[in-house]
Amino acid sequence: MGFPHTPHERETLVLSEYFGVREAISLAGYKQRGGYAALDKALRMEPAEIVQIVKDSGLRGRGGAGFPTGMKWSFMKPGDGKPHYLCCNADESEPGTFKDREIMRWTPHALVEGCAIAAYAIGAEVAYVYIRGEYTEALDRMNAACKEAYAAGILGANAMGTGKTVHVYVHKGAGAYICGEETALMNSLEGRRGNPRIKPPFPAVSGLFNQPTTINNVETLVAVNHILIKGAEWYRTFGRVDNPKSTGTKLFSVCGNIARPGNYEVAMGFPFKDFLYDLCGGPLPGREFKAIIPGGISVPIQTRAEAENSPMDYEGFVANGTMLGSGGVIVIDDAQNLVKQIARAARFFAHESCAQCTQCREGTAWTTKILERIVAGDGTHEDLDTLMEIADNMTGKTICVLSDSCATPVVSGLTKFRDDFEALIKRKKVHMVPAQVA
Amino acid sequence: MTDVAMVNLTIEGRAVRVPSGTSILEAAKVAGVLVPHYCYHPGLPVAGVCRMCLVEVEKAPKLAPSCATTVAEGQVVHVHSPKSLEARKGVLEMLLINHPLDCPICDQAGECELQDYTYQEGRAEGRYRDPKRFNPVEDFGGDVMYVANRCILCTRCVRFMDDIAHDPVLAVAERGDRALIAKFDGEDLTHAWAGNVIDLCPVGALLSKDSLNKARAWELDRSASVCPHCSQGCNMIVETRDNQVIRLRPRPNDAVNKFFMCDHGRLNYRWMNRQDRVDSPLVRQHDVLAKADWEVALRVAGQLLGGKRAFVLASPNLSNEALFLLGKLVAKTGGSGAFRVVQGAEAPLPGVEDLALRADRAANVRGAELAGFVRSESPLSGMQGGEVLVVADEELAGVDATDVAKAGAIIVIGTTLPAWARHAATVVLPIANTVEEDGTFTNLRGRVQRFLQAKAAPGLARPSFLAIGDLLAEIGEGSGYWTASQTFDALAASHAEFAGLSYDALGLKGAPLAGAMAGASA
Repeated sequence: MGFPHTPHERETLVLSEYFGVREAISLAGYKQRGGYAALDKALRMEPAEIVQIVKDSGLRGRGGAGFPTGMKWSFMKPGDGKPHYLCCNADESEPGTFKDREIMRWTPHALVEGCAIAAYAIGAEVAYVYIRGEYTEALDRMNAACKEAYAAGILGANAMGTGKTVHVYVHKGAGAYICGEETALMNSLEGRRGNPRIKPPFPAVSGLFNQPTTINNVETLVAVNHILIKGAEWYRTFGRVDNPKSTGTKLFSVCGNIARPGNYEVAMGFPFKDFLYDLCGGPLPGREFKAIIPGGISVPIQTRAEAENSPMDYEGFVANGTMLGSGGVIVIDDAQNLVKQIARAARFFAHESCAQCTQCREGTAWTTKILERIVAGDGTHEDLDTLMEIADNMTGKTICVLSDSCATPVVSGLTKFRDDFEALIKRKKVHMVPAQVA
Repeated sequence: MTDVAMVNLTIEGRAVRVPSGTSILEAAKVAGVLVPHYCYHPGLPVAGVCRMCLVEVEKAPKLAPSCATTVAEGQVVHVHSPKSLEARKGVLEMLLINHPLDCPICDQAGECELQDYTYQEGRAEGRYRDPKRFNPVEDFGGDVMYVANRCILCTRCVRFMDDIAHDPVLAVAERGDRALIAKFDGEDLTHAWAGNVIDLCPVGALLSKDSLNKARAWELDRSASVCPHCSQGCNMIVETRDNQVIRLRPRPNDAVNKFFMCDHGRLNYRWMNRQDRVDSPLVRQHDVLAKADWEVALRVAGQLLGGKRAFVLASPNLSNEALFLLGKLVAKTGGSGAFRVVQGAEAPLPGVEDLALRADRAANVRGAELAGFVRSESPLSGMQGGEVLVVADEELAGVDATDVAKAGAIIVIGTTLPAWARHAATVVLPIANTVEEDGTFTNLRGRVQRFLQAKAAPGLARPSFLAIGDLLAEIGEGSGYWTASQTFDALAASHAEFAGLSYDALGLKGAPLAGAMAGASA
């Protein structure tokens, strides 16, 4: 729901049903609303059954990559004699995304429950929730929720009286974007510098503390609670009839030049046009949408036409030149200097590059310098070609995708909005040279 | 050795067969193809960060970092395809945008991998036209200085200190293009093996303060050698300019020192360039040592030894060849021989098995023992009154003068003339020092290793084996020791431990003594 707004009638409230409901924050309030029924049920099931239900539900990772959750869980081999770990990625560092924050603020116990279920399903006794350093309120709520859950015997060596062991620990990040990358997150949890690791080995083989590890997004884990109670079939009812690959509901965080920014939960496949104009109230008075980034700053920028044609699911966005990503919708209207916005995005990536891979360390900074020069009126036409070539060098050649993410808005911006760049170059500043230098 | 499955693949059109688990980069070496790389080093854990070694693997969606990708059966790899070349060109351009391009004043120029690969396959001209990042030069302690502006962040130095030296004092500080190598607060690169980061650095970012500005890389002559500074026997390269040793660097040998060399060995080279050398044979005339030619000096020495027992005090830094011939001198005269070994603190390199700066600070302790010399703290105590004392490459520092005075006569075979010898020696035969002659050392594990002449000996000084061989001929104990190789063959023929060995068999990596196999291959 578009908290702090009241929910729109066309929203589908599953995960966000209790956003804004203060009573739901506490253990008592959460239990009153059906909380921990899913964990109670899960702990009395075989882990493999849970994995199968999640597989059947079609749930895919809500952090950005959209990998099928049940399949990811099935990579964890039970009985391999090694300790397994669950990591919950609550770093939510993708600019434009703030859905996980609301989940943790209003329903922290839902995340504790989701973590416990997932940990049990993958054969882990320990789950770590890695929370972004800036999320102080979410951190406090999660810590309080864990404390309550331990005190109530929900977590611990005898979780909910079933004899099963489930621990959930909350860890505070220190504010690095890259620590939202799963292997960097693990390094950070281990106390190392948050640098992404080379894959393979994949986390399911060698992850946290070199043990088999699964890492899931907050929204993904919370969705599991509902799937276990209401069933895989129920979850599959959400989504386009002609696209069974995207199921369930999705939270979208909306920000930028739009009438009603906030979080909205809709069924997969919801028309993006209706979403923007109906749910979010359309553009600000007297303005028009110009460009829309639907899934966090890392995904390609859409033109207004592309956006208005997109069904809001994984495949719908791909068919319209972008990706669903994390669901962080950034709206840019015709009053903005788009190049400046792209330069700002590049500056962010240049600041956050972990500095391991050459193309990322140098390329993000170089891209930023060129873009800022263009914005300042010192760009040339050659700069545009150079930007495209740097972007090509930064794509698909590094350990993680931070480098690719920096190139994405540049390439999509230059391809779809080249006129904006050229206008700035044509308006190039004339540097006054004194007539007599000597 | 356990059976390892073999994998067949094709690299640049050449079929290769390597053990499974090998990286594509190492497999390419087997195929004779060098994949350009920076962060990869065979002696360090794989980092996979420079992205220079990207190669095209058929049917793979993306270019693969060849250092971090293992071979697979039937793989077809293209190292020099347009796609991989383009990627490397991109990396090179990025590495250079913040690089000062100060090759004309950089010590690394001429042996710089950034320079080499840029000339080989980089862009002719850069497109970067914004200000470059700047960081000041920093003293890292020990022998190491850090020129941050030239650094390409390959992290070889960090990984060496973390994983090989087990002394994690370096780290990457900052992020993005502000990143640089930094020391932890209050720490310095004072580890006994820290100097290796200078060799590991593929560019001019980590430099030796000792050899700074001494020579351009292309002015140096290089010879394969063995470090004479302890009994470990690290393989090294002696680099000279105009007959002066400028620097010593490790030479890879998997059986001894992998890729490394300690700072004690590396920096202790000034004695090789000593100017106060004996450059002519000397014979005592009217109480002074006067220059003489070799014939006269050898004749006088021969006469001194006539019918007398020789007591030979030999240096454990002499070659096997010289010690073998001194052993013959002892046997011929019915005398005896001894040596002493300077001691120092042992300093292991924990990340490499059985590698340390050894307490025995001499290269050929084992060789001296095998030649029949007795190790002793007070080496002259065994000398009988009236014996002829032959002092071979020993300065007798700290030896009691009254012990020396017991000798009937003193023959000095050496590189320098210590003060006591001016008064006491009857004959002085000048010899070459270790880097001025060919020879072999036997290390503490019984590995026999050759060293090659790196510079010319001064004046009339002769290689040690030749000088001692001449003296043997003078007292009627055979001849034919004209080259180091011939002398070694004679050693191999008479000493069972050396049986089967020859200079050809030793090559430049050495070989274990007969019976030393167990120790050497463990």
